[in-house]
Formats: sequence, C-alpha cells, structure tokens
Amino acid sequence: MKKFINKLDDVLLESLSGFAEAHADIVKLALDPHFLSRKNQALNKVVLISGGGSGHEPLHVGFIGYGMLDAACPGHVFTSPTPDQMLAAAQSISTNKGVLFIVKNYAGDVMNFEMAAEMLNIENATIYTSDDCAVLNSTYTEGRRGVAGTIVVEKCVGSLAETGASLAECKALGEKVNQRTSSIGVALTSCTVPAAGRPTFNLAEDEIEMGVGIHGEPGRRRLKMQEADAVVKECVEAILADWQQKQLSLTEQHETLLLINGFGATPLMELYLIYHSATKLLKQHGICITRSLVGNYTTALDMAGASVSLCLLDDEIKYHWDSPVHTAAMRWKC
Amino acid sequence: MHTSFILDAAKAIQQSILNNEAALESLDREIGDGDHYINMKRGAQAIVSMQEELVSLSAALALNKIGLKLLSTLGGASGPLLASFFMSMAKQWPAAGKADLLSIALAFDAGVQAIMLRGKAGLGEKTMLDVLIPVSQQFKQLAEKKQTKAFICIALMESAEQGLINTRDLIATKGRAAGLGERAMGHLDPGAKSCQLIITAVCQLALAP
Repeated sequence: MKKFINKLDDVLLESLSGFAEAHADIVKLALDPHFLSRKNQALNKVVLISGGGSGHEPLHVGFIGYGMLDAACPGHVFTSPTPDQMLAAAQSISTNKGVLFIVKNYAGDVMNFEMAAEMLNIENATIYTSDDCAVLNSTYTEGRRGVAGTIVVEKCVGSLAETGASLAECKALGEKVNQRTSSIGVALTSCTVPAAGRPTFNLAEDEIEMGVGIHGEPGRRRLKMQEADAVVKECVEAILADWQQKQLSLTEQHETLLLINGFGATPLMELYLIYHSATKLLKQHGICITRSLVGNYTTALDMAGASVSLCLLDDEIKYHWDSPVHTAAMRWKC
Repeated sequence: MHTSFILDAAKAIQQSILNNEAALESLDREIGDGDHYINMKRGAQAIVSMQEELVSLSAALALNKIGLKLLSTLGGASGPLLASFFMSMAKQWPAAGKADLLSIALAFDAGVQAIMLRGKAGLGEKTMLDVLIPVSQQFKQLAEKKQTKAFICIALMESAEQGLINTRDLIATKGRAAGLGERAMGHLDPGAKSCQLIITAVCQLALAP
C-alpha cells in the first residue's frame, strides 16, 4: 500500500483538519465528537445534517455551505458516525424549524442516526437515500443502497430549506428526488482501506464489477472488461429498467439530470467519455438531458470506476438544482 | 453481581478478543468487510480504560455508561446494537443486593430483546442473535429452575457454541452477509463468533473460584 499517511490513527483527523483549513471561509471543525458545520450559520431554516463513513469525499463535508448542508458528521473510513456526533452537531445550531437528517441507507448509518433522532430533544425527521438500483440487499444494507444520487437530494433540499420551508416540506422534496433518481456503479479496481492495508476485494486485471457499492461491496456480476460503450450501455439500461419498475413515466417533454461520478481513481478524461457515451444512449431512448454534473463527488477511496445517476426532473427539482450554492465541492450562482 | 465483576469481565472479554484476532479477521474477510475485529478491539479497549470512572458506580449505572461509551466508540452497526443491549440491560438491572440469577437472566433478556428491536432481526438470520437468543432463553429457564451458577455457566457456554455452529448453514437475511445470499453458507458469522467469545469469557470468569 502506497498512501500519504503519517500515522494510521491520525489519517481521518489530519484530513478533516486540512479540509477545514482549506475551506475556512465556509466551514468550521468541532472535535470530540467530530463534526463540521457552516461558518456562517443561517437562522430560521430547517437544519440539514448528513454524515456517513469517511472515504467518500467530498461527500458529505464538501457539501456544507449556503444552499446545501448545515453540518456533516464524518465516521471512520467506511464506518458510520456515532450518535454523539449527530447530537453535538444538531445542538450546536439553533433552529426553530427542526432538524432534517439525510442518511444513506446502510444498516450502520440507519441505526446510528435512528438513535440520535431518538435522543435529540429537537423536532426532527430523516430522509433515507436509496438511489442505487444495482442490488436490493447488500453487504451493508437491507433494501437499496444510497450512493451518488444523495448529492442531488442534498442540493435540492438544501435550496428549499434556504427559503424557510418547513421540516415536512423539506422531507417531502428529498423523498421525491430520491424516488426519481437511480444510480449504478462499476468498478475497474478495488479500493484499499488504509487501516486494512490491502485491497478490499480481488478483481483480475481484465475484470470489472458491475453494480459495485461505494465501499467495494459486491454488485450484480463480474464481467470481462470491454469497450466503454458496452459497459455504459449496461448501466443505462439498468437505470431505465429501474425507472420502469418505479413507474416513472417518460415522455418527450421530460428533462433529466445526468451525473457521472468518479470513484476516486478514474481520470476526468474518462468520466467525460462516459458522459458522452451515456448521452448518446439516452438520446436513442428519447430522453432529454438538460442538467449535468461530471466529477468525483461520491468516491470510494482509491477505487477506479464510476457511477451513472439519472434524475427525472420536474419544475420544482429543476428550480432547486439551479439555485445558488456555495460549498467546497459545488458552487454556482453565488 | 458487583461492578467489580463487570470490570473484571471487561478485561476477560478484551483478552479473549485479542486472543482470537486471526479467527475473527478471517471470518469477517470471508463474509463481511474485514473490520469486525478492529471494531471489537476498539470497543473492548474503550470499556477497559473506563475502570476508574466505573468502579464507584452501581452495576446498573456502570452498564448504562458502558452502553453510551460503545455507542460513541464503535460506529457501524455494532455500536447501536451493543449499546442498545447494555442500556436496556441496565434499565432492567435489579437493585443492589437483589441481583439473583433469575433477575440477571431477565435483565440479559431485556438486552437481547433490544438488539432484536434495533436490528429488526430474529433467530436464524445468521447474526449475533443466533448465539444470544438461545443463550438468553436457556439462562432464563435454568435460573427459573434454580440451577446452580456453575451448572448455568457451563450450559450457557455450550449453548453459545451450538448457536455459533448453527450459523454455518444459515443463509444471511440480516447483517453484514445479507448481500451474499447462498454464498455465505458454510461460513460462521463473525458477529456470532464474537458473542460466543464474550459469553464464554464471562462464564469462565464466573466459574473461577
């Protein structure tokens, strides 16, 4: 294993410290228990708190700021954060509109956020994201996994919360976006958890894992590497099959958001190639892409690979996707 | 049962986990994600290092503190599950001087029920509950029949061992191996293994003269 590490035990804290220093204009870091929150906290809004295991950066800390999250609780690498972190984050921000937790659907995250929600004496609600259509149950989940589509949820709910909307309204929008977003990922290599020191799984030089999870957990099937168009076609078809199952009706008027997310070790050059390939295919299916995002947004440490997410837009989602945002990892119109 | 026994038990559990590093690591690598040993080690270390803080507390308060500590130390799924166990057991713990075997069995059972509720899981799903549920049931039955402590301890160790072995042929429907389906068959569940180790360590301590 060749990684930038001083001491294994210090990796997380040193990385969080660097993040807080690099983005000191936007975030501040609290320690013991660890959480990051907005430097300039807005009042009179629903407080949005997310979190999860580390190793997926910029998720979630990179999405703290105006128009998105108020705070994020990072756990150890690929390990859920603990309730004391969520409680400390929630209690550090004053609100009269309640707290909304945005949680990716993994057993550990669900249980820890659930306990925090029970222990928190502020009105609160939780959205569980489950956009990954690759597999139903998996190493860490009952039901579907929450992956890159989570950032579309965080962006849209974040925008709505800035308008002073209620807890119920924010939760409803988040659930709608989650329902209308499907994702699937493919791994070209494994990732290596620093503390483990060796690749999480074995993948032969000429093999890929279709439907891989963002911790390197198994997907649908393993296949031989092939040309990009063939791989992307399988991803796009899986998403469209999922939309059919969700009974998301598609007409010519429908607009979509296409997100090509890198897992950490795939160059942007290839991510844009995937974007090109996916747009060609979606056009053949009569699907109109009017919003796009390409880059490393929900990573899996040093895994090579990418995920494709497609969100079926409506006027409300479009409005909140387009609205101003100022975070470390996403910034536009302000 | 006094707080001093709980503190000794924590040390015995830590030793047992350290002694079984290779076994826990390899089980979790087969059907989990390979972090179970690290998490259990971290949890045990956290509890053992609370000795000074716990020693003057009642058993119930000490168990509750242990639960809260595990909740903030472990993360993952094991944090909330084990924390729910200790915090619920603490709530049911008999008052000082009234801790007979049956009341301890009932408190233990309350802890196991809390894990079932939190994890939304039951018997036969290839998890730690395949060890804990039979152990708890037997503990209650034997305590109701007023069996001796020594008899109960030996029976519970056997029950834990059997529960662990039973996980080998189960298909996981909950927990870390659920995504593997039939691929997890033929493998022991690592969470069940660590529970078996914990129960054995505590029973052996209770048996010691």
